Amino acid sequence: MAAYEAGTMSQADPKPRLRLALWLPLILFAALFALFVHGLTNPADTNVASAFVGNPLPQFDLPPAAADRPGLATRAFQTGKPKLLNVFASWCVPCAAEAPQLAALAQAGVEVDGVAIHDQRADLTRFLAANGNPYAAIGRDDQRAVQLAIGSSGVPETYVIDGRGVIRYQHIGDIRPEDVPKLLARVKDAGKGAGS
Amino acid sequence: MIAEVGLALLWLAAALAALQLVVGALALRPEGRALAGLVRPVAVMQGLLVMGAFAALVMLFVTTDLSVKLVVDNSHSAKPLIFKIAGTWGNHEGSMLLWVTIMAVAGAFVALIERRLDEATLTATLAGQAFISLGFYVFLLIASNPFARLAQPADEGQGLNPLLQDIGLAFHPPTLYVGYVGLSIAFSFAIGALVTRNVGPAFARAMRPWVLGAWIFLTLGITAGSYWAYYTLGWGGWWFWDPVENASLMPWLAATALLHSVSVLQSRDALRAWTVMLGVVAFSMSMVGTFLVRSGILTSVHAFAVDPQRGAFILALLAIDIGGALALFTLRAGTVTEGKRFGLVSREAALVFNNVMLSGILGIVLIGTLYPLLTEAYGVKVSVGAPYFNPAAGMFAFPMFVVMAVGPLLRWRQDRLSGARSGRRLWPLAVCLALVLAVLVGVELTAHGIALLPALGLSVAPGLLLASLLPLRGRNLRRTPLPVWGMVVAHAGIAVALFGMASESAFSVERLAALSIGEAREVGPWRVSLDGMMPVAGPNWTALEANVTTRYAGGTPVQLHPRAETFTNPPGTRNESALETRWNGQLYVVLGEQAEDGRWQMRFWWKPFVPLIWLGGALVGLGGALALLGRVMSDIRRLVAKDKIAWRRMRQGR
Amino acid sequence: MTTPSTTLLKPKHQRLVLVLFALAALIGAGLLAAFALSRQASYFYIPSDIAAHPPEPGRAVRLGGMVQKGTLKTMPDGVTIHFIVTDGKARVPVRFSGITPDLFVEGSGVVAEGRMEDGTFVADNLLAKHDEKYVPREMKNMTESDAKQVVAQTQ
Repeated sequence: MAAYEAGTMSQADPKPRLRLALWLPLILFAALFALFVHGLTNPADTNVASAFVGNPLPQFDLPPAAADRPGLATRAFQTGKPKLLNVFASWCVPCAAEAPQLAALAQAGVEVDGVAIHDQRADLTRFLAANGNPYAAIGRDDQRAVQLAIGSSGVPETYVIDGRGVIRYQHIGDIRPEDVPKLLARVKDAGKGAGS
Repeated sequence: MIAEVGLALLWLAAALAALQLVVGALALRPEGRALAGLVRPVAVMQGLLVMGAFAALVMLFVTTDLSVKLVVDNSHSAKPLIFKIAGTWGNHEGSMLLWVTIMAVAGAFVALIERRLDEATLTATLAGQAFISLGFYVFLLIASNPFARLAQPADEGQGLNPLLQDIGLAFHPPTLYVGYVGLSIAFSFAIGALVTRNVGPAFARAMRPWVLGAWIFLTLGITAGSYWAYYTLGWGGWWFWDPVENASLMPWLAATALLHSVSVLQSRDALRAWTVMLGVVAFSMSMVGTFLVRSGILTSVHAFAVDPQRGAFILALLAIDIGGALALFTLRAGTVTEGKRFGLVSREAALVFNNVMLSGILGIVLIGTLYPLLTEAYGVKVSVGAPYFNPAAGMFAFPMFVVMAVGPLLRWRQDRLSGARSGRRLWPLAVCLALVLAVLVGVELTAHGIALLPALGLSVAPGLLLASLLPLRGRNLRRTPLPVWGMVVAHAGIAVALFGMASESAFSVERLAALSIGEAREVGPWRVSLDGMMPVAGPNWTALEANVTTRYAGGTPVQLHPRAETFTNPPGTRNESALETRWNGQLYVVLGEQAEDGRWQMRFWWKPFVPLIWLGGALVGLGGALALLGRVMSDIRRLVAKDKIAWRRMRQGR
Repeated sequence: MTTPSTTLLKPKHQRLVLVLFALAALIGAGLLAAFALSRQASYFYIPSDIAAHPPEPGRAVRLGGMVQKGTLKTMPDGVTIHFIVTDGKARVPVRFSGITPDLFVEGSGVVAEGRMEDGTFVADNLLAKHDEKYVPREMKNMTESDAKQVVAQTQ
């Protein structure tokens, strides 16, 4: 609307008041831009933790999902050593995308256990053959029971579990290469917390 | 091979865009005049090259070349051909390539056919267009190369979500794109005119068909998108004030204002800087909309290809293009000389009023859309919906409708509302006003509990419809120019759509019930009964299909078949609603789940006159098309006449 | 306005009138938006927020949390359901009439749009986290990866 003043301003007699109004669109745009930059650089999902962080894992004992890996039970997380719990499925595309990052984490010495959601053994075998198998154990969760019990509603998600079976951190979505150091740091913190 | 050719063409087109910018900028200086002749051919060549690149990508999708990453990610060899083609732009990279293609082709068109604008402004316009395109070329070539190959060809593509294999969804986005990008031409014209300080009727005449074309596509795109949301989401609503919907509405509002102010500039040489400003704002809104959708900073029903990094890139383009244009405006607008004056009662004044009202609605929508983002910066989460948008926008819309009814009957420059001759023109308006009041009283007396906004809409719409036909009064309908027909049809379309919206919100009847087989219910004037359930199977889904018999006011029964579909891979469900359309409304049936006691949850809506919303939208688009056709035909006639004169001269000379 | 042609304003006055009109509309739109937003924007709550600072009755808000196991009950009319939404700390009873979204089950996450009435949250609309048609931005703060999943499924 500030343009109006401009439109009706004559060359001969530009009032200073109207001159100022000419800047209005640019100022408004600058404010808009600042808002966008802020929105883009501070995605809302970084600061609030899940309600399940700090809670112990529920009791479960899942049968093995793959032929060459054992199943998964709660007591596997009470060994004193922090681990990663990865919720995934062979039908999930981002799960394939995060496989190299999981492999990198396993390579760095972190034990990664998996919960396969709603999966068939044949599909899973193909998935692991294609994308690598970083898992020490894979539990089979056909009813999504464990998944819901730990507050995960989608695949993939990755939890940091300390050595006493308590959820320390929840990573939502696929692990991107830039997330790997962050997750390693979380695992290290969880190790300290459980040891003390 | 095709992928490499496509990529090479894209690089060449980008290089030509850079050349077009540099040559154009040099040609504007006195010492560079000699270069001016180069700009047009370069623009045409750039258009041809990028068309070649886009054709290459379409070829890759049609032949399902599984060594190309984009094809693997978004297509499947077993997909129907039409969805293979649509898959070309159903993803981020492809849609960005479509964007620059439309932009460059439109630029080539301007270079080919625009002859009446002075050469300097045209050169500056094409340079501006090249500048915007260049940003998108950089984005494509650096951050989202559509032709990238995989190290190893895949065995099969990932396919496309069945929910997205919908013919409406396949062609809805490109329609909006043509609209968005058409506004980029208007933007470039505004830049060109600011650079040469030559804002006048010739500039308006050159800009108007582009604004009109973009506006037609935006209108049709929004209308189709609304209908798509209505029948696929199964929520019974036709507009959710979702960020993506708002992202398409805001450019439309700005383009509507621009369309009207450009016609003032063309015929009356007034509103110069205002028109230029709107040209900048309209394209800014397209860019802001694209940014909001692609960056994912606002959540939406249509969140596809969300990626903050791409968002950052688009934001940078936005800052450079729009920030630059506004800075230019700030520096130059003060030196754009004032246009012709006009009286307080005149067609110009009416158009100014409606321009300001449209800008007001634009402001309301923009603030409402961004408000959640603003509060989130302070850690508070909110969502903004119809309770805000409807009344706030209505405060500006209804005064606009009143002026819209009167404006086309006023004279240019100066009119008077008293005296014998005005009386003859004004009594039909009094009839319209009486109609409005009569309907308002009727609605208030007969139907209780109707909210203020729908009641106002119901009563204003018939009067507005009648008033929008008034410009035809006393004219020979055969001789009436097409642009006048266009205005009449478009204004009538607004009235028709308004009636549909008001009726939908005032009179909709909703019934929610758990029905056993054989049970019946009343839904407004309808009687519906659930006759049976049948399992059916599709190519990649199985479904339960209800057999529902519906009867309007005891008439002939009609069978409807709403479905609850289950997809296997990836797992998911979808409720396919069933619609029965009559002249006076639509019945909408959704099948839900089976309750534990064996009954079926069903949801019915009877929505009187709801199809008028989309019929009105289509009429508005048709009006725009008529106006554009009139313009094109008069251009052709002028060219033919010119040729004839030249031919006669030639013969006489012989 | 009644005398012709002489009523054309002087350039200076015309400019002033237009400027004032446009500014008035601009400021009007801004104020209207601010006023309406302060009343109409619907805030997002989790159950502990509702327990600590309940919203005024009748005000439109959104409630997000988990559907507590064993609390989902269907009323005799077959379409009204009652359940309890929890965030692990507080519990809010919810009532809803309508067709529940896909994958709305006990233990799943949900965002309900509606209002508090006598200690019960009356929902007009439920958005299950798995409903691929809608992923509320707020859910990303809780336990949510559906945006990614939707993107994955569209590929």
